[in-house]
Amino acid sequence: MNWHFILPEISIAVSAVAVILADIAKPNRWLSSTIAVAGIVTAAVFSFTGDYSQTAGVFNGMLTIDGWSQFLRLLLLGVSLGVLVASTGYYQKLEYVWAEFNALSLFALTGMLLMCGASDLISAFIAIEITAISFFIMVGMLKDARSSEASLKMMLTGGIASAIMLYGMALVFGATAGTRLDAISLAIAGMPDSSAGLLLGMFFLLAGLLFEAAAVPFHMWAPDTYEGAPTPVTLYLSAASKIAGIAIIARVFTTAFSQPQNLSADWGVVAAVISALTMTLGNVLALSQTNIKRLLAYSGIAHTGYMLIGISVLGLSQGSAGQASLLFYMAAFTLAELTVFSMVIVITRHLKTDEISGFAGLSRRSPLMFALLSVGLFSLTGLPPTAGFMAKLFIFTGAVQHGLMWLIIIAVLNTVVSAYYYLRIIKAMWLDEPAETGEMKPGRGTGVVAVVSAAAILLLGIAPYLLLKLAESSLLIQP
Amino acid sequence: MGILSLTIFLPALGALLIGAIPGLGARFSRLIALAAAALPLCLSVYMFAAYDPAAAGFQFEDMFRWIPSINAGYHVGVDGLSLLLVLLTSLLGFISVLVSLKTEHRPRAFFAWLLLLETSILGVFSSLDLLLFFVFWEIEVIPMYFLISNWGSGRKEYSALKYVLYTLFGSAFMLAGIMGLYFTAGTFNLPELYQAGLGLAAQSLPLAAMFFLLIIGFAVKLPVFPLHTWLPDAHTDAPTAASIMLAGSLIKMGGYGIFRICLGLFPDQAAHFAPLFMALAMVSIVYGGAITLRQTDIKRLIAYSSVSHMGFVLLGLFSLNYIGLTGACLQLVSHGLITGLLFAGAGILMHNTHERHIKKFGGLARQMPVLAGVFTIASIGAMGVPGTSGFIAEVSVFLGAFSAGSVTGSMMFTIISLTGILLAAAYMLTTLLKVFFGPAKTVFDSVADLSRLEKFYCSLLIAGIFLIGLYPAVATDVLEPAIAPLASLWGG
Repeated sequence: MNWHFILPEISIAVSAVAVILADIAKPNRWLSSTIAVAGIVTAAVFSFTGDYSQTAGVFNGMLTIDGWSQFLRLLLLGVSLGVLVASTGYYQKLEYVWAEFNALSLFALTGMLLMCGASDLISAFIAIEITAISFFIMVGMLKDARSSEASLKMMLTGGIASAIMLYGMALVFGATAGTRLDAISLAIAGMPDSSAGLLLGMFFLLAGLLFEAAAVPFHMWAPDTYEGAPTPVTLYLSAASKIAGIAIIARVFTTAFSQPQNLSADWGVVAAVISALTMTLGNVLALSQTNIKRLLAYSGIAHTGYMLIGISVLGLSQGSAGQASLLFYMAAFTLAELTVFSMVIVITRHLKTDEISGFAGLSRRSPLMFALLSVGLFSLTGLPPTAGFMAKLFIFTGAVQHGLMWLIIIAVLNTVVSAYYYLRIIKAMWLDEPAETGEMKPGRGTGVVAVVSAAAILLLGIAPYLLLKLAESSLLIQP
Repeated sequence: MGILSLTIFLPALGALLIGAIPGLGARFSRLIALAAAALPLCLSVYMFAAYDPAAAGFQFEDMFRWIPSINAGYHVGVDGLSLLLVLLTSLLGFISVLVSLKTEHRPRAFFAWLLLLETSILGVFSSLDLLLFFVFWEIEVIPMYFLISNWGSGRKEYSALKYVLYTLFGSAFMLAGIMGLYFTAGTFNLPELYQAGLGLAAQSLPLAAMFFLLIIGFAVKLPVFPLHTWLPDAHTDAPTAASIMLAGSLIKMGGYGIFRICLGLFPDQAAHFAPLFMALAMVSIVYGGAITLRQTDIKRLIAYSSVSHMGFVLLGLFSLNYIGLTGACLQLVSHGLITGLLFAGAGILMHNTHERHIKKFGGLARQMPVLAGVFTIASIGAMGVPGTSGFIAEVSVFLGAFSAGSVTGSMMFTIISLTGILLAAAYMLTTLLKVFFGPAKTVFDSVADLSRLEKFYCSLLIAGIFLIGLYPAVATDVLEPAIAPLASLWGG
């Protein structure tokens, strides 16, 4: 067995168990956090130092450790660290489940890390379920009416999505007699014609996977769940689980369904159409939101749409182009979400409301928080000099290269629509009179997370090649 | 880092200092702002003096690789037109700092945004890489939004948002056009694009489609009828300094973009669609002028007159010959000086009298004789009276447009556009009459005239207006090497 390939995942899972055991022995806030952070740091060390030269097909092809999963591993570890540090600003509300919150975050992280490497339908399904079940519980952790409703809603729709996905996997297995992605690809290559069962299977599989990334028409759970969940969990959902969802779509489809060319181009076009619908609907529905978490949920849906452009490019190019820009986009989006949500955590806790009107006058109450939040929002809008602009630029260039000019026109117009609601938040902070004055402090953990990620956003906006180089040089998904 | 990059980024550095130093007082932020605006002015005057009109191509170039995987670089440089616009922008940037020295409301943030705005405009005028050009073009939106929405007046929030959405709408198309260009030619680098041309390359999009995608972005900014409706709101509600930058320098980005990209890279498409754009220019001139006549708010009046005057720029550009292009470029610079002066004057007028409604004024020449003089000079410039820069620019535009043999119907468009001059005389003269002449009103008896500082910056602009008006060679000599190769694309 090649255990050393999954040492990062193992160390995360072990630290999750350790958090629970430590909590039984001696409940202590700092102990839980320290173990969790230590687990993530250990995993990062393993990811950096491990020998991953023999990449494909570990555990009988269940997992593939390549440049793609390595990049995402580090990204997800970074995000999770950010989330755990930022969530210290939310400690009061999660006090009684603090250890469980930390442990479940780590379990979810284990699932998401496996999602990025899964190269078999079965391991993919297990990874998705580990992630999803951890999130069902975390979303309901506040135990009030909204939080419970959010959790139930996510669980019910998620359960249906899983069932659909499983059905799709069964159909694909029926058509190709394989669950390993490379075996499926070989079987399809041997087929004279793509069968109806295969296409139907692909369709259901895609539907199930799109749920995770909150793409239209499987996005309905997102706003309610985002609103009801504890804010750190909302952050985790939008910054990490969305990334993992996109990552697994990319891996499954580019590995299993990239041959023959017309099949690949077909799902590329399907992704393009879903992308157009997703970003348009997300942006338009975001316009009328007054609750910051619901607004960010819809904005996240819109960003799923932008990322699907990258998926579409993968399909049209048979996986040969667009991976680096998709990775860059994920990183930029994650950084922006970290910045924005860590500030939202502080502000909403301070004001005891999630309404945007509560943000009034923030620029006077805390210029630093205003600046950080603005950087995050400008990055989500896609204005230079932020990473968000570069991310959109790279995704768009790839798409234009593959003949998706129509989609890019829709996407850039969507950017204009999104500017309207992001600016509304900025306007409230900048111009409106605050209900109460008095200084507001960003808080230690949340402040550090926001400052670091905002600095990274600006750095990558001015010198994007620092990260793009890394994404380009990684050994990517091998179709 | 070369002298040009220094000119571009000094204001941004000033903004950074003002924003980052904790507990900085209003006094020191003013000093930093003054320094950060004065130095680029000195540097661009130096560049103007050191520029060699005999040498072809771009000068003061700086270049290094930026994003190698898409072949984008940091590449800046100036030719005659860029140089004049850089000089204009740094002059207006300096003046707008002087204008706002008395700002009491959040002065730190104000100066930081103003300086950032200057950097982005300077960047647009000197970028030789299309991606860099676009980045600077987009950055400008953020400071302008904050300047209008916080320090403006009237419906400032509405106007600021409208401004942002219009600009982003235009630049969304522009980005698509730039990408089309990139995939046709494989580079963002303008000098390389000029050299290779687009005609023979495999095209990612029809050239005409790219041409239109790009020109929509520029037309919003210039502005061209029917995309002009953001302009009156933004100009009217902006604070004086922002109005000066907006009308004096920022909308020139539109004309500059058409010159540099749409005409330079798409000569055939430009020739093909020239009648359309000449017609739009004509509508902008006449319609803009006619609407100006009916304005009752002093700033709104100047704003609408800009729509009309920018129509001249478009008319000159699409006459596609040497004299017309020269006229358009001169008009860009001349309008910057004249409108800068008008807005500065209007700012002083409104500040000292607390009034902006034209009908409420009257006989102010008695109480504010110097301001009356300043306004009169600016008005004769806007009317295009000989001796001012407005005259030489408009005459060249009309001569060029009238003789634009390659454009169908150019004579008709020109003749109808000539009424723009008449309209300009009508609205400028009636405004002068209503505001400064006639019986004096006692309410304004205690109103102060120009202070020494105000006299100083107004005289800077007046000097520019007469310098170009009386000795146009000072501008045309540096413009010639920039325009001649372009004009030769259509045979002269």
